[in-house]
Amino acid sequence: MTETRKIRVLIAKPGLDGHDRGAKVVARALRDAGFEVIYTGLRQTPEQIAETALQEDVDVVGLSILSGAHMRLFPEIMQLLKEREMADVLVIAGGIIPEDDFEPLKKLGIKEIFGPGTPTGEIVDFIRKHTK
Amino acid sequence: MAPDTTELVKHVLKGNRRAAARLMTLTESLSPEAHAAIKQLYPYTGKAHIIGITGPPGSGKSTLVDKLIEKYRSHNLSVGVVAVDPSSPFTGGALLGDRIRMNRFASDHDVFIRSMGSRGHLGGLAWATMDVVHILDAMGKDIIMVETVGAGQAEVDIVQLAETVVLLSVPGLGDDIQTIKAGIMEIGNIFAINKADLDGADRRFVELQSALSLGQEGDGWEPPILKVVATTGEGIEDLVKAIQDHHEYLVESEEIVKNRERRCYAQLETIIERSFIRKLLMDPDERTLFDKLVAEVDQRKTDPYTAAERLILHLIKTPKK
Repeated sequence: MTETRKIRVLIAKPGLDGHDRGAKVVARALRDAGFEVIYTGLRQTPEQIAETALQEDVDVVGLSILSGAHMRLFPEIMQLLKEREMADVLVIAGGIIPEDDFEPLKKLGIKEIFGPGTPTGEIVDFIRKHTK
Repeated sequence: MAPDTTELVKHVLKGNRRAAARLMTLTESLSPEAHAAIKQLYPYTGKAHIIGITGPPGSGKSTLVDKLIEKYRSHNLSVGVVAVDPSSPFTGGALLGDRIRMNRFASDHDVFIRSMGSRGHLGGLAWATMDVVHILDAMGKDIIMVETVGAGQAEVDIVQLAETVVLLSVPGLGDDIQTIKAGIMEIGNIFAINKADLDGADRRFVELQSALSLGQEGDGWEPPILKVVATTGEGIEDLVKAIQDHHEYLVESEEIVKNRERRCYAQLETIIERSFIRKLLMDPDERTLFDKLVAEVDQRKTDPYTAAERLILHLIKTPKK
């Protein structure tokens, strides 16, 4: 019966690729760090992701993508979050994202991009540091 | 920043999803602001039909809820879902994965789904589940489904919250002795055998039937036993009808009055218990006394009953600050 505000994280996979091992590893690591992780699995539309973020009132949205469609899907997700007054949510991404895309994605408001091989502790620390 | 709760309440009553979600978060942290908001919302609650869905882990509760949402939406009813999953007793973290079965409704604005970690509360629900149900009710949801933590034999808190409890079972779970034990078997108003396409479903049916025929208290409602296959939707129509029948039975037999009283009693009890313990642990004075008494009990200077009596006496006598 603690009274502390728990950090809630949505882990979602937008788009059509069927690889969720990375997302599951991250979800599990965040769970073990004491966060509440809402895991919604594969093939989410931007609309589903934004609406889930709203209903679950998450502090963090973690997007995992390996299909290469991030430049198309991420802007849409950011836009839908903004429409829902969720612009203050910390959005981070992971998966296969070429470095050339980092800058435009960060301009969109995605705070950090974690590539393959990132130690999960680094993601945990980043989230702790960037949520109140 | 303390959000203006009156403002939040106003938006919740208009059905605003963002406000409702934020208020749910506040209730989960058991904040005084949240309690103030629930006080304001309470007069607007009591309209929804609250259905509990319980059963062992992996029995298909979330998949069943998904199919029920579909049916209720086809009748144009708005739906709220609260899905509780266990929190880690070690880290406090949780993996909330019930939504994964219900993703197709994520963009239907008449369906509101909220996942909750049990946060150390036993009994199959979280402390704040009751408040989250109140919020959904005040938002105007017609049907509210509460999916419990995968229940063992004693996770029976759902009776204190739901008007109708659906107890889910699957083939191959123990023998007939399990079905006559006290606890979870007593709380079902409707029994559903999921995965009824698997071997053993008929046997399960007979076991449940004979357990139920051994004698319920006989309040006029005989819990039906239904076979369903949640993945295909088989039997869902009958289940929806059984839930409706139970509701009508409650209303017609006036059992609904007893049902409501029982639930309000339990809610009050929970709140008193929670406030008491919170005051003990949060108030520095009380906390000091509490810690001192714990040490005394440990050293056999006093016994736990005397220590508890002293604490309670102290709490009652201390004027409110």
